[in-house]
Amino acid sequence: MTKPTSRLLHGLGLTVVVAFSLFPFYWMVTSSLKDQTDLLASPPVWTFAPTLEHYRAIFADQKVVNAVINSLIVATSTTILAVMLGAPAAYALARFDFRGKQDLWFWFISNRMISPIVLALPIYLLAMQLGLLDTHLVLILIYLTFNLPIVVWICTDQFRSIPPELEQAARLEGANQWIIFSKIYVPLGVPGIAVSAIFSFIFSWNELLYALVLTRRTVQTAPVVATSFMSGYELPWGKIMATGTVIVLPVTVFALLVSKHMIRGLTMGATK
Amino acid sequence: MADAVDRRPNRGYGRWTPFWFLAPAVFTLLAIGIYPTIFAAVTSFRQYNITRPRDGFPFVGLENYFTVLSDDTFWATLGLTGRFFLTVIPIQVALGIGIALLLHTPGLGVLRALARVTLVVPLATTYAVVGLIGRLIFNRDFGVANQALDFIGIGGLDWLGSPAGAFAAIAMMDIWQWTPFCALIFLAGLSMVPTEIEEAARLETRSKFMMLRHVQLPYLLPGLTAMLILRSADVLKLFDMVFVMTRGGPGAATDLVSVYIQRVGFRVFDLGVASAQAILLLVLTILLARLYIRLLYREIE
Repeated sequence: MTKPTSRLLHGLGLTVVVAFSLFPFYWMVTSSLKDQTDLLASPPVWTFAPTLEHYRAIFADQKVVNAVINSLIVATSTTILAVMLGAPAAYALARFDFRGKQDLWFWFISNRMISPIVLALPIYLLAMQLGLLDTHLVLILIYLTFNLPIVVWICTDQFRSIPPELEQAARLEGANQWIIFSKIYVPLGVPGIAVSAIFSFIFSWNELLYALVLTRRTVQTAPVVATSFMSGYELPWGKIMATGTVIVLPVTVFALLVSKHMIRGLTMGATK
Repeated sequence: MADAVDRRPNRGYGRWTPFWFLAPAVFTLLAIGIYPTIFAAVTSFRQYNITRPRDGFPFVGLENYFTVLSDDTFWATLGLTGRFFLTVIPIQVALGIGIALLLHTPGLGVLRALARVTLVVPLATTYAVVGLIGRLIFNRDFGVANQALDFIGIGGLDWLGSPAGAFAAIAMMDIWQWTPFCALIFLAGLSMVPTEIEEAARLETRSKFMMLRHVQLPYLLPGLTAMLILRSADVLKLFDMVFVMTRGGPGAATDLVSVYIQRVGFRVFDLGVASAQAILLLVLTILLARLYIRLLYREIE
């Protein structure tokens, strides 16, 4: 193959990758800007006069606004808790030697693999008995089961990369273990802590099964409300796609901004 | 413990220090993870249908397990989950390697960086919203998938209304969402091939395939292993996207195991049987996790 041809093929391939990654997302956003006629046009239309009517409709709908607020409360709280509980544990796993350390690390990670449906049933029964159904608290706690492992996983790796000499120097000056953790490991481990917090936020923001099962009316989260539009005969496609965009867009923009770190976070463990 | 102290006299921390750092996380996970699991295990030995509270919740021994193990639908949903895995994974691996190689090839800086960054978009998209988009794209009347088929001369397909179409549709949405993950893992693997080795090999052969097979493949295998196991756990718990897109239908064409258990538990409200199903799924997940641990341990050593 000659140089220009291979360059052309390479460029073509990359363009296909970009189109592949963006198309469904692009289609959702553009659909949310079409009026009902354009939305239901057969065959589908690619050029149209954009309208914000669906966005006006969903933001006038208290249900959607509340759902976004609920999602924010739940995702933020569970992320903060996961980092507060996970980062110290990661420090212990990264820098101390004790029996069963490897097993403990794997136990943390394996929590990530459990299907939500396994825990959803008993949590539902427990929450019902304790009167916790349809509260933020029950979602915040249950989301820890998949966020805490992520924080432990990513932060352990991050803390390992911090030079142990810093810790030894601080110890010679008489710093206790807690000071060492909070004054050395937390500040230097910020990239790892931030990446794990981002993942934790995204996972909680996106969760549907627990939210579907454990909430009723007051604490419905954004994915639940988006899904709830799907019942009924005539589907409000414009509202559905506008809600979808409102849920996905902030997280996606956020993810794009930090994608460099995210990619680093994603490859962890896989490349060990 | 004592001889550990002897060998490393300057450990500089008390024996209980790691415990204090670990305890909050461990006890929290135990409380919200293990307690409910035990609760589920106990429930799985009871008749527990909350639509019939007058029956009480009597202990029935292994009856629920017998019900599940002789339930053809349960096995069918597990089989379908396996088939789904075998459909999407080879495609995700092949596409993932292809994309990783494209991104690894030098040149075209801006476009390459753009392609790499856009891979994050599918990963950040809410699974439930992926399902919503899927319903729009694969709509029989105004879906863009049928427009594409029309373009290449194949008539409109009732994607979500036909068993094969619905299975293909959920597979395609899963491929869209997870191929980037594979691509990024393989890209990380490729970037670990030492440059000297890659350049030396390039002098020997011009064949891209030989290069992949003999030079790059060893660096891709660890990522591939981790990906296979993580994705198999993911497919076992796959729920959101399928629930939104097809609810398991039409018929049982997309009735994956998580969707089925959710239906038994929260539509039929037979929590005893659903708990037995969940415990069996948990056993399967733990077996997978053990496999994961074993493979990962081997890599670390």
